[in-house]
Amino acid sequence: MKSHLGVRIAQVIPTLLLVSILVFCLQQLMPGDPAMVLAGEERGDPQVLAQIRAELWLDRSLPVQYLHWIGNVLRGDLGYSWRVRQPVAHLIGQKLPVTLQLGGMAFFIAMAIGIPAGIVAAVHRNGFWDYLANAVGLAGLSTPNFWLGIMLILLVSVQLGWLPPSGYVSPFQDWRQSLATTIMPAFVLGNAIAAILMRHTRSAMLTALDQDYVRTARAKGLGETVVVIRHALRNALIPIVTLGALELGTLLSGAVLTEQVFSIPGFGKMIVDAVFNRDYPVVQGVVLVTAFLYVMLNLAADVLYVVINPRLRDS
Amino acid sequence: MTAARKVTMRSPAQLAIRRFLHRPVAVAGLAVIAIFVVVAVLAPLIAPYSPIATSWSAVRKAPSLAHWMGTDENGRDVMSRVMFGARASLMAGVVSVLIAASIGVPAGLLAGFAGRWVDAILSRIVDAMLACPFLILAIALAAFLGPDLTNAMIAIGVSSAPRFMRVARAATLDAAANEYVEAARAIGNPPWRVAVRHILPNIVPPVLVQGTLAVAAAIIAEASLSFLGLGQQPPDPSWGSMLNAAQRFLTQAPWLAVFPGLAIFLAVLSFNLVGDGLRDALDPRGR
Repeated sequence: MKSHLGVRIAQVIPTLLLVSILVFCLQQLMPGDPAMVLAGEERGDPQVLAQIRAELWLDRSLPVQYLHWIGNVLRGDLGYSWRVRQPVAHLIGQKLPVTLQLGGMAFFIAMAIGIPAGIVAAVHRNGFWDYLANAVGLAGLSTPNFWLGIMLILLVSVQLGWLPPSGYVSPFQDWRQSLATTIMPAFVLGNAIAAILMRHTRSAMLTALDQDYVRTARAKGLGETVVVIRHALRNALIPIVTLGALELGTLLSGAVLTEQVFSIPGFGKMIVDAVFNRDYPVVQGVVLVTAFLYVMLNLAADVLYVVINPRLRDS
Repeated sequence: MTAARKVTMRSPAQLAIRRFLHRPVAVAGLAVIAIFVVVAVLAPLIAPYSPIATSWSAVRKAPSLAHWMGTDENGRDVMSRVMFGARASLMAGVVSVLIAASIGVPAGLLAGFAGRWVDAILSRIVDAMLACPFLILAIALAAFLGPDLTNAMIAIGVSSAPRFMRVARAATLDAAANEYVEAARAIGNPPWRVAVRHILPNIVPPVLVQGTLAVAAAIIAEASLSFLGLGQQPPDPSWGSMLNAAQRFLTQAPWLAVFPGLAIFLAVLSFNLVGDGLRDALDPRGR
């Protein structure tokens, strides 16, 4: 088993290497000359342009540029924002916690909705509740989350006046206000993941409910609730948790739009702002960090799967 | 007297169509898609107003008999804009999926068929691309390419290509294990011929399912990019950019936010329903 994990960890390295090449190549798609953009008013001065090119290693060949760049990245230097003249790593460090708070809440909401709905659907297989859960799930997957956000603002903030329509307050400043500003976006973000978790839970529960130990538990005369929760769900949870962890990508993609709709100053809004400010180092940094997080979480989910599954652990 | 019982032979495709037609929700989805297509194609003929004609005497009017879905902040008819917006959305959905399939399917076929180092390299590239969340990759690509509808379609297509590669590769490995493939090889067919004639037809069903579901995802992605300002540029209508504009007038003109969103929801739901129906119809074992 250890060797399996070793192989899995070793596979991460070429993937990350390719991700870095991919992100580096993005820069080459950029229209125009970065030195011209950076020079601003002085773009007519060849000396200034030459100086900028030398500073950014733009006068070297592409492979050399890549090695220079990746060397910096490995030391934690993601370059400087063209717009605010601050290190990209520092900017990301500022914004990431906001998105992590939002994402954590969204994931909690998704589990609170998705897992019970999946259990109910599996227990009532092909019955009314199963169809209802599937229909609601499909509708959830088909709703663009920025539209859901706009509709919620319309209903909850504009019509009912219960929650603020936008903005963000840090939980360290005032946790009540923080909850009030993040609960709606977290629900919007969690909605699509709830639907995915519901589907995973349903199929994992259907498999678990078919097992011999469930029949044994029933034959012993245990109540149906005990059978479903203690015997079937405990075993079904393993794939649900690990598959759920893979939805981080959905979460981060969703955060871009959700943060835009609710004006939350997080990681997702940062990439959109960077795109409009043509702040390419920030765009690159965000893509690189997201991909890194995703690959690492993927790995953690695989490791977790082995660790919490006794059959795999002992083999 | 005994009439000879007629035995009808049906091809797998005919059987799949029959199974598909027995699923009412999938057929309903197909019907809704058909309506969207007709509206998109005939928009210039059936839209009550021009989608870009502004009218300062009809700014932000609530839905009425003259304007069924109301008017927007420039006095343009929302219904006409939703109808013309169907063009951008459907085109983006279909074109980006065609781009994705034309990159992903040959790559997957090659990886599955050639195996060894070709497979290893292609699979690592796909892993790397899948490590970047779909929309973030599409945003980054659209940003570097520049904001317009064509670039948005390219960005969405390239970002969703790895999924097609995965599906095509798995189906190729599956098909290559068949005895007739071995037989085709044994009688001396060159590899490309085995791949194109004997394996390609087998990977069509899963690719078709993936393609339909990918259109749904691409429509959401195009709406998302347009919402962020990276897709269709004003004044040309697109559902996503209409929602962006609508957000500024939520208190005064809520109808602006309702109809384009409903259109996206209906179109995406329909493609998802058809995709699910196709999956069940094409793979009876998978139920």
